[in-house]
Amino acid sequence: MRRREFLILSATSVGGMLVYSLDRKPFRLFAQTDKSLRIPLRFFTQPEALIVAAAASRIFPNDETGPGAQEAGVAVYIDRQLAGPWGRDRYRYTQEPFEENTPAEFGYQGKATPRQVYREGLKDLQGFDQLSPGQQDNKLRQIENTLFFSLLRRNTIEGMFCDPVHGGNIDMVGWQLIGYPGPRMSNYGDVDKHFGEAFRPKPVSLREASEDSNFRPSEDEE
Amino acid sequence: MKTLPAVDAIIVGGGWTGLLMAKELGSRSGLSVVVLERGKHREPADYPGTMDELDYAVRLHMMQDLSLETVTVRHDSTQRALPMRQYGSFLPGSGVGGAGEHWNGITPRFLPDCFELLSRTVEKYGAKRLPADHSIQDWGVTYDEMEPYYTRAERMLGISGKAGNIRGQKIEGGNVFEGWRSAEYPTPPTKIPYFSSLFSDAAKRLGYHPYPSPAANLSEAYTNPDGISRPPCFYCGFCERFGCMVGAKAQPTNTLLPLIEKRKNISVRSGATVRRVIYAGNGKRARGVTYVDNKGEEVFQPAELVFLASWTLNNTRLLLLSGIGEPYNPQSGKGTVGRNLTHQVLIGAATVFFEKPLNRFMGSGAAGVCVSDFDGDVFDHSELPFLRGGHFLAMSMGYRPIANFGILPPSVKAGWGSDWKKAALEYYDRTGFIGFSGEHLAYKSNYMDLDPTYKDRWGDPLLRFTINWGDNERKIAEFVTPKAVELARAMGAKEVSSSPGLKNYDANRYQSTHLQGGTIMGNSPDRSVVNPYGQHWQVPNLFVLGASTIPQNASAHPTLTILALTYRTADTIVSRYLKSPSPLA
Repeated sequence: MRRREFLILSATSVGGMLVYSLDRKPFRLFAQTDKSLRIPLRFFTQPEALIVAAAASRIFPNDETGPGAQEAGVAVYIDRQLAGPWGRDRYRYTQEPFEENTPAEFGYQGKATPRQVYREGLKDLQGFDQLSPGQQDNKLRQIENTLFFSLLRRNTIEGMFCDPVHGGNIDMVGWQLIGYPGPRMSNYGDVDKHFGEAFRPKPVSLREASEDSNFRPSEDEE
Repeated sequence: MKTLPAVDAIIVGGGWTGLLMAKELGSRSGLSVVVLERGKHREPADYPGTMDELDYAVRLHMMQDLSLETVTVRHDSTQRALPMRQYGSFLPGSGVGGAGEHWNGITPRFLPDCFELLSRTVEKYGAKRLPADHSIQDWGVTYDEMEPYYTRAERMLGISGKAGNIRGQKIEGGNVFEGWRSAEYPTPPTKIPYFSSLFSDAAKRLGYHPYPSPAANLSEAYTNPDGISRPPCFYCGFCERFGCMVGAKAQPTNTLLPLIEKRKNISVRSGATVRRVIYAGNGKRARGVTYVDNKGEEVFQPAELVFLASWTLNNTRLLLLSGIGEPYNPQSGKGTVGRNLTHQVLIGAATVFFEKPLNRFMGSGAAGVCVSDFDGDVFDHSELPFLRGGHFLAMSMGYRPIANFGILPPSVKAGWGSDWKKAALEYYDRTGFIGFSGEHLAYKSNYMDLDPTYKDRWGDPLLRFTINWGDNERKIAEFVTPKAVELARAMGAKEVSSSPGLKNYDANRYQSTHLQGGTIMGNSPDRSVVNPYGQHWQVPNLFVLGASTIPQNASAHPTLTILALTYRTADTIVSRYLKSPSPLA
């Protein structure tokens, strides 16, 4: 059995935000405390999770335009996805033979699962979280054309904008950045109004929108 | 192998056509009908609380499980085909209701000349204008014959729209290029969100004839002729890849299944994977099907009538695996099973970037505006280097953040980091698409057969696609793209990026789930698998339903047409075949 590993998020970075813990009970962290949040990891080791968190933060940084991957919990999201059926290619056609160097219009033909792609890719990023932001960007530019980087970039966007039930988009920070209201049940009275003006209803998550939801996220599947 | 008690009719596939046939046959004839669906049971109560983009629209929860079975794809018959290992250019549904559960609901009719494509084109332009390697043909049924069935399908679904041609009288505001219809749509058009209304205004200014997309997503409460009531759409934006939370979008489970469940003579068995159609020694009569049930046991289900209603891919594959009919040979041109594989030219003709926010999260799968001024043969092709065309669609389907974050104008070069984030945040709700849906002609070189290398989970060969675009499709795309850019500018675009055009068929880019052919209908058993009633030419108690019977793509989305064809087949079986089971044509 693997040793329990944790990702420590500082409470000030996600201060005052709604976080979904492992058992999916939302709880609120309060800012201005030195308490840190220990999130159990399902796939990554702690050093891997720190590298992923740092790299995702360079892809989608916290800057003058607002919070980024760190605040949204993107590393937690990616960890859960890799641990779940997507990470092990549960729904992908994986029968042999695998062909190499195939044209892009036939899609990814490789044998490696997302888990394997991450594990391999992370080997080249050892110590990444200890570098300065400028050094980190240089390092990422070197791997920009790899499958690993394209997965990391795609998963970072997913972790920013998924429903919070998946571990990312903590407190709907991603949705607030783009003015997306989440699964809003009815726009009947608004859909043909507000022409030319931003209409930004307060975001709601799936659990808030639909209390009777029996929705179970795919990463929790056995 | 266990043999089950015989039933009157077995239907393979529990999507739109399979459940419509079950309901029609079961309620009008009293026959015992069994539907075999390989996916799981679904019902309307499954959908509330499932508006999750990640699991449904990104991880594609409602689609077939590709780990069990996929297709292989190549561009021409000299290549070795590669399996579609993850979803790309189309998304086949699975489970009761099939892809009809997670569709958008866009429901145009086909243009009248689509049904007689070969003879009308030759008549107007001469045979010399046809591409040398085309294999287009007439359907053996005309639009005039189809019109009453289209009307029935529209009433069953409650389509919201605006007629453009009632019995020959053109009506401003509808699609003035459409074929004649006997009556107005059952319900008025849906609401038109901002982006689509900008498109409508611009199209009018340019002299085009915009009209609201016909929609299976109700504009108002509606009760259909079967007594099924559905509420109006709330424009939540979760149609495509989702089941409807409230039942406003017509789906097989909210429109047909409630009627089926009331009848003792119809049953739907989910988790039943049909592997073969079994036929009698002389090959003239189907005896039933074998399937693997939800416990993994292989069973034989005898039946008097067999229907294949399992979409383009599986209908074709089942005939090939069962050895019914002669497989198509592209070298000799002989054989029929697998021929005339077509997709649909679907391109983002123009991506439009605005100064103003668009509130794109609001909408429905079929809320939007279309322009058909360059569709079919409604414009003259005498001086043009191609035949046929298609229509523009400016839809407001609901805008999903994971799918659409980071779509940027060409002026932005960054792909990650602060500059990228800043631009992506700015453009996120200021971007819209002018789509184009065009005809894919049928060619001798585009077909389906069995793959020699790759197998499904039972060890049966996968279906193999040999498919590419022809010059005609590439030239259509070249012709319409500047017109889309002009429309975008007229909408007040700040920046526009245009379609790069069609090169090779891209199996990795989602286009549409509108694949046709493989078991096509026609007037001659030499060039088609089924007659114009969907009845197999050699095996008269075997019928094939759905888009596999469509001889070649029309630009319009096909769901309404396959429902109309299913009504026609059901009528003919009840009125003629059951009285005298024999060839209908």
